Amino acid sequence: MNLTLLAEKLNLKIRCGGDRLDREVSGGYAGDLLSDVMANSKEGDVWITCQSHQNIVAVSVLKEHAGIILVLGKEPDKNTLEKASREGIPLLVTELSGFEAAGRIYNLLHP
Amino acid sequence: MSQKCEFSFPVEGENFDDAGKVSVEIKRLLKGLGITGDILRRTAIATYESEVNIISYAWQGTIDVRVTDDNILINIQDSGPGIIDIEQAMQQGYSTANDRIREMGFGAGMGLFNIKNCSDGFEILSEINKGTLLKILINR
Ligand SMILES: Nc1ncnc2c1ncn2[C@@H]1O[C@H](COP(=O)(O)OP(=O)(O)O)[C@@H](O)[C@H]1O
Ligand SMILES: [Mg+2]
Repeated sequence: MNLTLLAEKLNLKIRCGGDRLDREVSGGYAGDLLSDVMANSKEGDVWITCQSHQNIVAVSVLKEHAGIILVLGKEPDKNTLEKASREGIPLLVTELSGFEAAGRIYNLLHP
Repeated sequence: MSQKCEFSFPVEGENFDDAGKVSVEIKRLLKGLGITGDILRRTAIATYESEVNIISYAWQGTIDVRVTDDNILINIQDSGPGIIDIEQAMQQGYSTANDRIREMGFGAGMGLFNIKNCSDGFEILSEINKGTLLKILINR
């Protein structure tokens, strides 16, 4: 499954990296503690979080995530958007809670 | 062919805007040297957590990386307040991070523990009001 299809199924709004949505999503990780995400998320994961500040971008670059989904209607900070665009990390947003987003993505990835 | 490569980066205390920048650069250089997979993954975690600790707690520091055919040696040296009780600091969940740091998702108290977990060799030397030296060894 790629991000385009995921965005369509969950009605996610794309904030940047629209040209990178063909990236394959191999799994997902939900978390707001950066050390936890650094230690436990995997390459190709989509990262589900309510952290919207610029430090999430370096974590995603280092972990080679497929993209980041901000939940609970959070919008990325201006710096976050700039950095994510520069680094080619897709940023998507949703009104869903982390629990709902993770559950729905899990079901899509493990039909 | 025998390969040896060294690089060094400064890290500024309090500069949260650039947190992770040095680690991203180190990862890029290591990839260029043909390092991949689990070794690259563990190195990225170790350098990131060390970088964030300099930014969070020290005044300034440097991250030195030395790559040989056999291993990756990372020395993180900072000038800063030092660590009073290293054993306590190593415990999972122990953190002195303030609210501002925690709001950004740092300060889970997992950094040093995760660094050790990712290392084949690990040593901390610290002197109060002078600074801290972390030595990390990762075998290739
Ligand atoms: N370079 C350092 N200089 C001074 N104190 C440090 C340094 N690195 C870590 N510490 C202390 O050790 C504690 C634990 O660090 P760490 O395991 O990385 O967790 P966290 O950074 O989330 O608190 C920190 O809260 C801090 O008190
Ligand atoms: Mg830390």
